[in-house]
Amino acid sequence: MRFAVSLLTVLSIASVIGTVLKQNEPYNSYLNQFGQFWFPVFEALGLYSVYHASWFLAILAFLVASTSLCIIRQAPGMVKEMKSFRTGAREASLRQFAHKHMTQTALPRSEAAQQVSHYLATQGYKSRSKEQADGLLLAAKAGSWNRMGYLLAHSAIVLICVGGLLDGDLPLKLEMMLGAKQVTSLDKPFGEIGAESRLGPEHWSYRGNVFLPEGKRSNIAVLNVKDGALLQELPFSITLKKFHIEHYSTGMPKRFASDVVITDLQTGAETERTIEVNKPFEYRGVSLYQASFEDGGSKLQLKAHSLLPGSTRISDAQGEVGGNLQLKQGEETLQVEITGFRPFNIENMAQPSESEKNTLAMLNHALGSGAKAPDSKDMKNVGPSFSYKVRDAAGQAREYNNYMVPIEQDGRRFFMTGMRETQADGFRYLRLPADEDDKLDTWLAVRAILTTPGEHALIARRFAAKAMSGRGVSDTMRTRLADTAERTLQLFAESGFEGLGAFIKDSVPENEREKAADVFVRVLQGCTWEAWQLQRERKKLKPLQLTTERADFVRDTVNSISDSFHYGAPAYLALDQFEEVKASVIQATRSPGKAGVYLGCALLVAGVFFMLYVRERRLFVLLKDSGEVLIALSSNRKTMDTDTEFARHQEALESLLNHGNRTS
Amino acid sequence: MEIAQAKNPAVASSGNASYFKRSPLDWLAAVLLIGGGLFAFDRYAHFMDGYEQAILIAAIPTFIALAWAWGGLRNLLAGAAVLALAGIALYDADLARAEQAFFLKYFLSSQTAIGWMCFLFFLSTAAYWLGLLARSDFAEKTGMALSWAAVLMGTTGMLVRWYESYLIGTDIGHIPISNLYEVFVLFCLITALLYLHYERRYNTRKLGAFVLIVISAAVAFTLWYSFSRDAHEIQPLVPALQSYWMKIHVPANFIGYGAFSLAAMIGVAWLLAERGILATRLPALAVMEDVMYKAIAIGFAFFTVATILGALWAAEAWGTYWQWDPKETWALIVWLNYAAWLHLRLTKGLRGAILSWWAVIGLLVTTFAFLGVNMFLSGLHSYGAL
Repeated sequence: MRFAVSLLTVLSIASVIGTVLKQNEPYNSYLNQFGQFWFPVFEALGLYSVYHASWFLAILAFLVASTSLCIIRQAPGMVKEMKSFRTGAREASLRQFAHKHMTQTALPRSEAAQQVSHYLATQGYKSRSKEQADGLLLAAKAGSWNRMGYLLAHSAIVLICVGGLLDGDLPLKLEMMLGAKQVTSLDKPFGEIGAESRLGPEHWSYRGNVFLPEGKRSNIAVLNVKDGALLQELPFSITLKKFHIEHYSTGMPKRFASDVVITDLQTGAETERTIEVNKPFEYRGVSLYQASFEDGGSKLQLKAHSLLPGSTRISDAQGEVGGNLQLKQGEETLQVEITGFRPFNIENMAQPSESEKNTLAMLNHALGSGAKAPDSKDMKNVGPSFSYKVRDAAGQAREYNNYMVPIEQDGRRFFMTGMRETQADGFRYLRLPADEDDKLDTWLAVRAILTTPGEHALIARRFAAKAMSGRGVSDTMRTRLADTAERTLQLFAESGFEGLGAFIKDSVPENEREKAADVFVRVLQGCTWEAWQLQRERKKLKPLQLTTERADFVRDTVNSISDSFHYGAPAYLALDQFEEVKASVIQATRSPGKAGVYLGCALLVAGVFFMLYVRERRLFVLLKDSGEVLIALSSNRKTMDTDTEFARHQEALESLLNHGNRTS
Repeated sequence: MEIAQAKNPAVASSGNASYFKRSPLDWLAAVLLIGGGLFAFDRYAHFMDGYEQAILIAAIPTFIALAWAWGGLRNLLAGAAVLALAGIALYDADLARAEQAFFLKYFLSSQTAIGWMCFLFFLSTAAYWLGLLARSDFAEKTGMALSWAAVLMGTTGMLVRWYESYLIGTDIGHIPISNLYEVFVLFCLITALLYLHYERRYNTRKLGAFVLIVISAAVAFTLWYSFSRDAHEIQPLVPALQSYWMKIHVPANFIGYGAFSLAAMIGVAWLLAERGILATRLPALAVMEDVMYKAIAIGFAFFTVATILGALWAAEAWGTYWQWDPKETWALIVWLNYAAWLHLRLTKGLRGAILSWWAVIGLLVTTFAFLGVNMFLSGLHSYGAL
């Protein structure tokens, strides 16, 4: 018994490990997490897949073995005990019971026996009687199923564990240990992966994912094993006709469903089905589930806007999610890997509001229906986005996430393009202001002028002329301002605010720096406005009146040009058009041990209920020839129920047996 | 010699007759349950599939049996039915009425009703403690009445919330046991009902002070969660939760959690009493041991069923009945923990301090399985996330 409790405790503690350490992650992430030294140690201990580690399976096997042993040892005795009425019980041993009572009866023995056995029957007891040396023993029992509960519950544990082990990867582990199978890193098309990494359709049990772009067919499920994969061949192929995804108005997903056609590879028979979350489909012993969805290679039409100084070059490019493309920017050729596409993005666009925070307001907020949407939420679809990686010559990649259409922020509209250097970071967004036609053109043109060194003198002159147009301003003053403006533009064109900041730090005394910075920013904004006007002039457009909105645009333009020096790529990729291709991931599992496990579960429930809610009781009534009566009760559950039950029987039997006394 | 086992027909039939010899209230409850059930069947059967129709029909005798077995529960059913129907009538299919109708805004709308539940549970805790410390029978009876009132308001709140979810949209409506906020309310209700049941069975109100602590803690968490995270907002069901299994898996689990929490609090009381603290005020040690065993037994039985139901559901939703997801693994740990407890008690016949400590530590394990997994570990059970 102590052994059983220890075993349960050890199993619990062992199980904890796998919940604390995320299981079955790519080996690289473990390497990053633990470092060179610990990674192999933990790998040897099987901590990356605890529940499939040999030592864990050994604990389970031990549990199965010891439970089986328990059953084998206990079962014959228990069955005998269930059947036995213990009619051989002696008076001396009955007197040792915790619940016993001595009384008298004046009834003739046969009548007393009749009465008592009738009483026992009405109380749900089965009884036998036996003549003993000095009297008649009525031995009764009830609740024998309690012992059956023990057998059921414990054999259920064995059944569940064995079924589970069969469905686990034990057989596969053996095959791999013997070297018959090797994992593949999936770096080539399925067709080129050899038999050493393939499992035939007859394979006993498996659980893998079938990746299905719309319109495509596959009969291969990928099983993730250790740091690689194995290919599981299915006895049928699945064709994805259409993948459906529906949303609630709140943006939460409502339904994922795949319309598939299943073609039997032996008979050629076709079956059409819709597989949904919570609505799997079983075919030839293989269950198919809606596991997830991905992009199936959407076709994207891109425009690459050069961000090289002074450049307004636009090049068209076409790509496919999952594919690569090369973009020539100046001398450099960019390696672009398109990693993802989302046809819509539902974001919370609510502005954080300063609502009243007093107790009454809070209480009022908490009253009423549960349907109120909190004020902090305003879910909106902000349109498509796509993500890509730009790899430099050294192989280092930066990841980008660009939205197709401008997104409104603070009442202005921006094209958002996010960049991050590693997967662990969040995207940092560059906000490119959209112009009055909701396009990026103005920003691109103004940026090109501001970053062209040859234009700086002209803009500076125009700016100085406008800024100092009054009388009384000497030409020298105007020239000085123009020089300052030109210098500012040069610095800004090289490295944005950073260059200006460095210049101020070097040449302005500390207490005047703030003022100087302010002047520089104003000069810069003035020049940007001039650059905008210049660009319009060249396109033969009417000059614009300065308004608050346009001043905002100028400010946003200056800020975003400065930020663009940290963008890390010489071009901005805008999504022009797209053709979405969805892909569904269907999980295929074969688990022949399931029936055993389910049967085990049923037995377990029955067993637990019998064990906990059926009390085995034995009630003995010894009618002695002397007229004395000994009543005794035993139970294998010592609860207060037994006490109350004995008290009840004692009272009832006493009044039954003394009935004759009172009437006579 | 075998004694004839034929039952005396007179005795047998009198046994049956006594079951049906009922108070007028019991019969009224039965008539109303049958009437209500048949009315619902007549009106809504065509929205239900075969299973749901069968469950509705089976619910009628089940609730009659429960109502007859426990008068308190019968009154609760009646009260909750009246209040929930009143709430529905006041709504008149318009959610905005929650802000306009006085009784809805301050009494019957789901948030307000659950707010009342929270308030009443706090009051009840105070009353039970007053009763325990001042040896006041009256205060304890007040505590009991307040607990019943809290359960009534909580049940009403849940029923009205169910209705409100359908007012948001027919595709959004669902039973309110789908996120952490809702199951916390469920936990409070189930734990309180289990406690009230044992209070009646063992005829002692002295343990209320302890059990109500764990309920109050859950209430405090619910309030914090609601105020700071707007957790009370009704959310539609994500595809993974759109399954009938949810409706039975979740309540079964919470009977388990509730019973284990109750057992742990009695463990605390036992340990205090053994050290002489409050010993003269608390029930006898043997009584507390018995309640603890009963609670763990019922908790274990339901937890076993719940875990198996979870496995069946997982097989349907995730493709495998067991995949060592953190929530599954912790459920197993909880199960193993109480399996060990029962082994100690039933097979070794152990009593007392070890089992009490074990039950108290069991609450920590259970709490981690219920909350900690959602807070600290990632996995498939993300709907319960904080």
